[in-house]
Amino acid sequence: MFILNLILKLGGWGQRRLSAIGRATIMLFYSLVGRPQFRKNFPQLIRQIYVVGVQSISIIVVSGLFIGMVLGLQGFHVLVDFMAEGALGQMVALAIIRELGPVVTALLFAGRAGSALTAEIGLKKATEQLLSMEMMAVDPLRRVIAPRFWAGVISLPLLTVIFTLVGIFGGKLVGVDWLGVDDGIFWSGMQSSIDFWDDLMMCAVKSVVFAITVIWIALFNGYDLVPTSVGISKATTNTVVQSSLAVLGLDFVLTAVMF
Amino acid sequence: MKFSKIEFTVGCFIVAAIICGVMLALKVAGLTFDFKTDSYTVHGYFDNVGSLKLRSPVKIGGVVIGRVSNIYVDPEKLVPVVEMEIQQKYNMLSSESKASILTAGLIGEQYIGITPGFYDEDMGTTYLKDGDRINDTGSAIVLEDLIGKFLYSVNKSDSSSESSSSGSGDAENVQ
Repeated sequence: MFILNLILKLGGWGQRRLSAIGRATIMLFYSLVGRPQFRKNFPQLIRQIYVVGVQSISIIVVSGLFIGMVLGLQGFHVLVDFMAEGALGQMVALAIIRELGPVVTALLFAGRAGSALTAEIGLKKATEQLLSMEMMAVDPLRRVIAPRFWAGVISLPLLTVIFTLVGIFGGKLVGVDWLGVDDGIFWSGMQSSIDFWDDLMMCAVKSVVFAITVIWIALFNGYDLVPTSVGISKATTNTVVQSSLAVLGLDFVLTAVMF
Repeated sequence: MKFSKIEFTVGCFIVAAIICGVMLALKVAGLTFDFKTDSYTVHGYFDNVGSLKLRSPVKIGGVVIGRVSNIYVDPEKLVPVVEMEIQQKYNMLSSESKASILTAGLIGEQYIGITPGFYDEDMGTTYLKDGDRINDTGSAIVLEDLIGKFLYSVNKSDSSSESSSSGSGDAENVQ
């Protein structure tokens, strides 16, 4: 009897997960597929890029600067033991471009923008704004979900680029200007070890994948929540937890495939 | 003209990101836009190319004059062949030049160092042209071989100096 109950519970859990994935795919499909209406959607898109992207710049720049500076400091203390502090630029740039840039930006983005999106859409649902839109023959998927999705997919790669550059600058600030690594060796070591296609483009591919993942999880959690105050708080938590785990897991898979 | 603060900041955001991307490409990855550099290709046969890689630099006295463009094994002679692209402005290299595989520092990366040879038309030397072969080559030094030789010679000198006395156990093992 106990085992039967366990299997029933497992089955119910699996069915709920699967149907959630199905609903998420249907939501994304209906919000993205269709005749594009650039004139109508463009102002919405700009507004959402402002909310999702521009307002995240400050946290991205500050954390990028400090992560780069810490990398420079820690790397210097290890490398100086081997008289290899010339490799500092190479180390900082490789670490930030390949891993830290895309991953940390996506994590910050999930916390800063993803949770906000979930709460916003959740409140729209709880106060029946989405339903009333449908009453007025406005498709809420096309009007509310689609611009936010595209805004996230555009913003996160741009934020990643800014994060990467600021991080490398932070590493240079500590390594060259403070600890006295030679300027020329710092940059030329970096240039000789970093390839445009193998490293920078893979960084861009990673950040696009993370952008789709994070923004999709955030939007679906908001669109699918139970419209109560407890439901909204649960959904925002779920967004941050799920998208962080998804980003870290996907990062391993992508790294294993790419490098 | 309608001025929207939001549109302006979004525009600034995108421009900033594009500038960062271009700076990353130029400054960090060292990407250059000279896709069609004027160059000519020469090749050389080596006994051992060590850990020479594609796009390793070709240098004269430390100055980069070209890059390694291809590394393969000659299918008939079964000898490694290295093709190098040398910039067209260095077209006064004599065919008697020597190309050797050198290492930058003790654990640094390997590159091809070219020692320019003499040029004398009476003796039949020419300038290197596209597709020519460099005859005088020096192979990479493999550190393991070197250590092996060193250990062997140390053991030998040990045994020769100590053969008059008792002689150590190690030396007898080698003999």
